[in-house]
Amino acid sequence: MPTLFGTPVRRKEDPRLITGHGNYTDDIRLPDLLYAAILRSPYAHARIRSIDVGKARALPGVVAVFTGADIAGKVAPIPTGWIVPEADQKLPPHPALAQEKVRYVGDGVAMVVAESRAVAEDALEQIEADYEPLTPVVDAEQAIAPSAPLVHEDVPNNVVLHWQAGSDVATAQQAFASAEVAVHRRFKNQRLVPNAMEPRASVAQYNPGSGELTLWTTSQNPHIVRLLLSGVIGVPEQKLRVVAPDVGGGFGSKIPFYPEEALVSFAAMQLGRPVKWTETRSENFLATTHGRDQIQDVVLYGTKDGKIVGVEANILANMGAYLSTAAPGVPTILFGLILPGAYAIPHVRIDVKGVLTNTTPIEAYRGAGRPEATFIIERLVDEYAHEIDMDPVEVRRKNFIPADAFPYNTSTGLTYDSGNYELTLRKALDAVDYTQLRQRQEKLRKQGHLIGIGTCSYVEICGLGPSKVAGAVGFQGGLWESAIVRVHPSGKVNVYVGVSPHGQGEETTFAQIVADTVGVPIEDVSIVHGDTAAIPMGWGTYGSRTTPVGGSALALAAQKVADKAKRLAAHLLEASPDDVVMQDGLFQVKGVPQAQATFQQVALAAYTAWDLPEGEEPGLEASSFYDPPNFVYPFGTHLCVVEIDRETGNVHILRYVAVDDCGRVINPMIVEGQVHGGIVQGIGQALWEGAVYDDQGQLLSGSMMDYALPKASFFPRFEVYRTETPAPFNPLGVKGIGETGTIASTPTVVNAVLDALRPLGIEDLEMPLTPQRIWQALQQHGGDRS
Amino acid sequence: MGVTVHTRVNGQPIEREIEARQLLVYFLRDELGLTGTHVGCDTSQCGACTVWLDGRAVKSCTVLAAQVDEHEVTTVEGLAETVPEAQRIEGLHPVQAGFWEKHGLQCGFCTPGMMMTAAELLANSERLSQQEIREALEGNICRCTGYQDIVDAVAFAAEKMGVSVERDVTASI
Ligand code: FES
Ligand code: FES
Repeated sequence: MPTLFGTPVRRKEDPRLITGHGNYTDDIRLPDLLYAAILRSPYAHARIRSIDVGKARALPGVVAVFTGADIAGKVAPIPTGWIVPEADQKLPPHPALAQEKVRYVGDGVAMVVAESRAVAEDALEQIEADYEPLTPVVDAEQAIAPSAPLVHEDVPNNVVLHWQAGSDVATAQQAFASAEVAVHRRFKNQRLVPNAMEPRASVAQYNPGSGELTLWTTSQNPHIVRLLLSGVIGVPEQKLRVVAPDVGGGFGSKIPFYPEEALVSFAAMQLGRPVKWTETRSENFLATTHGRDQIQDVVLYGTKDGKIVGVEANILANMGAYLSTAAPGVPTILFGLILPGAYAIPHVRIDVKGVLTNTTPIEAYRGAGRPEATFIIERLVDEYAHEIDMDPVEVRRKNFIPADAFPYNTSTGLTYDSGNYELTLRKALDAVDYTQLRQRQEKLRKQGHLIGIGTCSYVEICGLGPSKVAGAVGFQGGLWESAIVRVHPSGKVNVYVGVSPHGQGEETTFAQIVADTVGVPIEDVSIVHGDTAAIPMGWGTYGSRTTPVGGSALALAAQKVADKAKRLAAHLLEASPDDVVMQDGLFQVKGVPQAQATFQQVALAAYTAWDLPEGEEPGLEASSFYDPPNFVYPFGTHLCVVEIDRETGNVHILRYVAVDDCGRVINPMIVEGQVHGGIVQGIGQALWEGAVYDDQGQLLSGSMMDYALPKASFFPRFEVYRTETPAPFNPLGVKGIGETGTIASTPTVVNAVLDALRPLGIEDLEMPLTPQRIWQALQQHGGDRS
Repeated sequence: MGVTVHTRVNGQPIEREIEARQLLVYFLRDELGLTGTHVGCDTSQCGACTVWLDGRAVKSCTVLAAQVDEHEVTTVEGLAETVPEAQRIEGLHPVQAGFWEKHGLQCGFCTPGMMMTAAELLANSERLSQQEIREALEGNICRCTGYQDIVDAVAFAAEKMGVSVERDVTASI
């Protein structure tokens, strides 16, 4: 059999999804199903005077109405799963339904359970909630002002964490002070709404006889949900089953453990009937977590001839009204440590204040901290290059960590595993014939065209990660993965994994690994994920860890199965295992062509167990727990060419080149798909997307009409290339690829736009670079005429 | 208030007593169990709910179930049957086959709606440019794929259905 590793195998998950036979949470139908709807606060900050649910309760078809008072003492507050050490992190309580105070528009106030979705929604309108409005605080900078209202009374100044990191302070300060060049900038990395196409949904079913509760939910990490849910509603973990069925995208917004997951579980237990809740898109905008939202005061220090000496970052990270599950780690650990990017930067200082505001809670969003960091360094490199009159590409080249310096210890304490940054840059430049491109740009500029070229060379920390490090940085869980490879008596194979893919295609890539290792056709391998009653413990899919960590666990388990199968085959064939080879699904004894056993025969023999080798257990399966010794560090260079329409301010992307290195590639088709999707999401931030609140905390961009999601017609064909530098620390040699596109494309495109505008004297613009924003800048700088 | 609807869904005659305010998408999902049609928004933007009404692509979240009385509805579950058997690939509509072949889907949530829009486009076109394909997908949002493989999937299907597609050219800068 040809090996499948490295080939673009069509996805195994697709036949069900393209025929309408997927099984998403809202597709689940159960007898006697009830529907829940949540009443949400219309105020960003208010005291609840009273809630009268009498009329709602009386509505025909309404089964129950619960308020904060009804669940107090029965549903514990929603916990935070990351406590950053030495950051003076506070843990403000997050009740599943507001108790006394509401803290953002969308905060849950009451839950109706009814016979139908429509009746539940009708009943919401019958609830009379009386609020005493309080002054809200929306902006992180205003929130830390001494006179600012407090989001949580026991969090002074609204500062919920304060984290500092980097190299030795005194030496860094000295180096900064004596640097020849200092480039100061203030960037706003705007708030984004993840907008996974499937809204969140949860269905709970309780068996009062056995005390067992099943929760189907739109989650990236069902085991984390089970662990937290158990604590919150008091059902012991062994009686809880959490299932993430087909999940329609997550991008980080389906990492958190959410109030609604606890509420439907509680309602199902109280009412003895299954309860479903599905959010509307409008609710998704308000009550599903957002991403990014940092104010970044940053400085790059360097020499006049292009050597970066240091980087300093003072960050205000808006955390929203409550600390979501993984949120504290995002603007700290996942952000700060990667700030030096692809460069050898001796001195780095980072100061991050996490700030509470009356807005939707922030959580990981595709890239989570790393896009915010990459934006800083990659924008600063361009500004620095401009300042010292050097080509930005030259500055990058001059400061890259050289290919022979790996493993490389950064000044922020990370050990980059492997890389060849220069190579990806060269490849990107070659793809566009960079020198000539710059000449053509010059010519076109003279003709009045606003043409810009932007690049970004990034490195990403992902494949989260060694559990020991997880503990050291305050993640309240492990970050290993596990897998069970189980061969059935017929020789068919099920693989049970703890990770929880939701679009990334691991039903296919994992089957490729197992088919190769065990020696069976890929059609005979099915991957089972998402159901805690079936799968072994695992920490879920995020941080581009599914393949490097989960895939490694699986590869090791598959190898154990292959080894045992070989021993059994040798016994059947009366040969030594060393003399047995497996080819095309057939075990053969070297030099004895007639001595053969099929994989099926061996599997059956393992289960009948009539004649096993001495000391061998029956059955043919193996499990493995894999805790990676390091993170993985994919990297690459993206390049973009834009033209700006002087009359409209519109940015046309003329070319977009991506060169990424994610180590060895199992399925190039899937890898490219991840790259495309990432690029589009990152360009979304650069050019169109942004969550906008008014000063009363109302989300103005609260629907797909007001929040500009990228469409197909906005893009040219992406030119996607790869280099392949294997990951040295995992058995597959793979790195993550799910987030690189998002990390790279935002600064790439912003650099390109500013390169186009710089001749007009426009030095910086805030994202998103909408036509309106650019048009206004053009007006101010006389650039609307050529 | 109840009304009676007589319709054909994927070729099957259906008669149902429904609430007058019920949207077509909930009629399909909740009454008929056709859960391949998805709900992704509440402002008619995303296109996840796209089905055919008498052969034209419509957003079923924007149509009342009562409006399909005496009309014909096709959903993703019935898409393959809209082309003659000889045109099907492994039993699939060429658009479905294209999405599979070209990796036109990741999480799959937008996919049924996306395919219904694309299949209608191909049924009514003779030649298309890649940009025209992109523009025809204006009412369908995908958050996963970045669209490129969707465009390739549609182009793949176009070829199988005798619709010619002009190749993409890299901008001449
Ligand atoms: S659900 Fe119909 S357009 Fe979004
Ligand atoms: S494949 Fe996930 S939204 Fe399109």
